[in-house]
Amino acid sequence: MAGQRDFYWRRLHSLLGVVPIGIFLVQHLIINHFAVYGEESFNKAAGFMGGLPFVILLEIFVIYLPILYHAVLGVYIAFTAKNNVAKYGFFRNWMFKLQRWTGIITLVFIAWHVWETRVQIGLGNAEVNYSLMEGILSSPFMFWFYIIGVVSAVFHFANGLWSFFVTWGITQSPKSQRVLTYVALFIFIAVSYIGVRTLIQFAYGV
Amino acid sequence: MAEKSTVTFIITRQDSPDSEPYEETFHVPYRQNMNVISALMEIQRNPVNANGEETSPVMWEMSCLEEVCGACSMVINGTARQSCAALVDQLEQPIRLAPMSTFPVVRDLIVDRERMFDALKQVKAWVPIDGTHDLGPGPRMPENKRQWAYELSKCMTCGVCLEACPNVNDKSDFIGPAALSQVRLFNAHPTGAMHASDRLEGLMEDGGISGCGNSQNCVQVCPKGIPLTTSIAAMNRATNLHAFRSFFGSDKTL
Repeated sequence: MAGQRDFYWRRLHSLLGVVPIGIFLVQHLIINHFAVYGEESFNKAAGFMGGLPFVILLEIFVIYLPILYHAVLGVYIAFTAKNNVAKYGFFRNWMFKLQRWTGIITLVFIAWHVWETRVQIGLGNAEVNYSLMEGILSSPFMFWFYIIGVVSAVFHFANGLWSFFVTWGITQSPKSQRVLTYVALFIFIAVSYIGVRTLIQFAYGV
Repeated sequence: MAEKSTVTFIITRQDSPDSEPYEETFHVPYRQNMNVISALMEIQRNPVNANGEETSPVMWEMSCLEEVCGACSMVINGTARQSCAALVDQLEQPIRLAPMSTFPVVRDLIVDRERMFDALKQVKAWVPIDGTHDLGPGPRMPENKRQWAYELSKCMTCGVCLEACPNVNDKSDFIGPAALSQVRLFNAHPTGAMHASDRLEGLMEDGGISGCGNSQNCVQVCPKGIPLTTSIAAMNRATNLHAFRSFFGSDKTL
């Protein structure tokens, strides 16, 4: 009998994508949205999050390790697929392909984003505040890099949530899966708005 | 109908499992209501290619000729389907025929679908009823369940869903959608249900249900209209519950 390790690794991959990574993503974008209410309210919110008790442990177990695991297995999954939308151009097949592409884009974005913010803050080269993000996003190139990164991450989350419901056997009937497609679309638009709105605030101050 | 006096076929051929594939063009005399298989029969009768050269007849596999055996699947104009049900009048010309790329080619359009039968073995897709004495009649089956189980039983192991699946390829060991749905069929059977957990264990093995990436091509291309993705989601739930019960529960000999 072959092993069953793949099954458990893949289920863990699916679970971590939503809990905690998906929840963290939404939380992160909502907290950042404080920027829209002014520099002071962003600094207060960021200061609160940065000052949580055991913050380094929270970061390691809720953010870094889950994302690292999800990313490593995810890259493997993305590169074992043989995309065939040219022959079979169905909606779900496109979503399948985009899920893998946005995963890779998001990974590149997160790597750069963490290096530029959290690592620099850790090294003492920067401080978590409004002007750090303002400085980064005032460059049009970085602004668009962040737009693509944030929208990719949100797409990957919203469409991944759809797959999560199938992988855990919650949505089985075609109808329930169709309804969830619309729910995922709504989540994609709503959360993208929150993220993009914040980026515009940092970049253009409006 | 002068323009329809011949039909052009461009066929991907391969002389042996290890040789290189090549294309050969044929002009086949048009007949009314002909299907791809009748054209292949014509080539077999008169194996002369478009250049007028005598060549070896094109080999293919067929059996029932009514889309229930699954043997004659091939890629017709880019999509995998049964050649018996592919009517020439409904196809864009020239008609391109190729063997399904997911399976090893035996010769020309004949592929070896053994991996599908191995997959059925992995998930134990049968109902064991042999005993040393008469076991009597089995339990009855609710009519509603019988109706959807009948739909699943239409699977003919034709391989079209594996061909369309982006996760069935030489880089992955995924067994494909067909066998996953068969677990749902045999677990729904009142006598088959007695071995339900054995089949779920088979699904949880490497290359099993976790290989599905939800592209849902399978349900779109299945020639029998089998609700494959509903089956996959149902088996996702069943394997998850089975995994939890096996770990936390008490229904197991220690």
